[in-house]
Amino acid sequence: MSERQYERTADFPVERGYIWTSCSSVENGNPLFWDDAVAEELTGGPIAPSSMLSVWFRPHNWAPGRTEQELPLQVHFDLKEQYALPEAVMTDNTIIFYEPIRPGDVITSAQVLKSVSEEKTTKLGTGRFWVIDVEYTNQRGDLVGVESYTGFGYRR
Amino acid sequence: MTDTKTLPELTYDVTATTVVLGALATRDWRPMHHDHDFAVNRNGTADIFMNTPNLAAWFERYITDWTGPKGRLGRMTFRIRDSIFPGNVMRFTGAVRDEEVDDTGCKWVTLDIDLHADDRLATTCTARVAIPVDDSDNPWARKGDTWRP
Repeated sequence: MSERQYERTADFPVERGYIWTSCSSVENGNPLFWDDAVAEELTGGPIAPSSMLSVWFRPHNWAPGRTEQELPLQVHFDLKEQYALPEAVMTDNTIIFYEPIRPGDVITSAQVLKSVSEEKTTKLGTGRFWVIDVEYTNQRGDLVGVESYTGFGYRR
Repeated sequence: MTDTKTLPELTYDVTATTVVLGALATRDWRPMHHDHDFAVNRNGTADIFMNTPNLAAWFERYITDWTGPKGRLGRMTFRIRDSIFPGNVMRFTGAVRDEEVDDTGCKWVTLDIDLHADDRLATTCTARVAIPVDDSDNPWARKGDTWRP
């Protein structure tokens, strides 16, 4: 508990194609992401939407030479296995945003397990709640964000 | 920002494309966000459902539609109470709970936002957002000790 685990650098640099795909998926017309003059004036050049923080460390679904599926929030899956809870959902999520993320940045993340509850029963089934923090930094070591997830692993 | 206490309502008709595009745009390849059979028979849910990182993107869009491009998110907390499925109408409503100017001169608003899926309250969100204190102010220029999200 409380130790940094699975420090991992992203497979790819932050890129604008994904920024536009994300904005498109929620019809976000904020000119900060679509108009370079606005981005230059307000943020000194293009940035990514703040809420895309976790997008930049999610592994590819497949990569050459890889034999096992890599999981994005490994501590969550470790807990499912440790407590033999085959299903899981995320319930609460807090995200704190620091330095803006820019195209070309390479994001490193580390996971910290903060807590695991006693067994509880909800309408989904019986299982445990846990809280995992993910800390994100850029290639210069600047903190760009912290994300805190509450998961519920359960048996149906 | 004509009414400073209430955000304009946003409604959106969710389709399977909304859910699948949202999952792929956030690099979330898990099957319950694109595979109907997996969602129903393994997860026990009514259909494929919107993933958490895409929900965050929807909240950001709702917030910055209101603030404009100078609005800068500091912190966002959301609690998922129920899932959002294809066929649902999403409805975002929000209000300003609090306003303050911190020691560095940064103006913060705290927003309470509810997301309904049809008549079900699906997700509640609290956001702390920096907005300009006047026309010359730009929250994006803040860093280090002058950015306290």
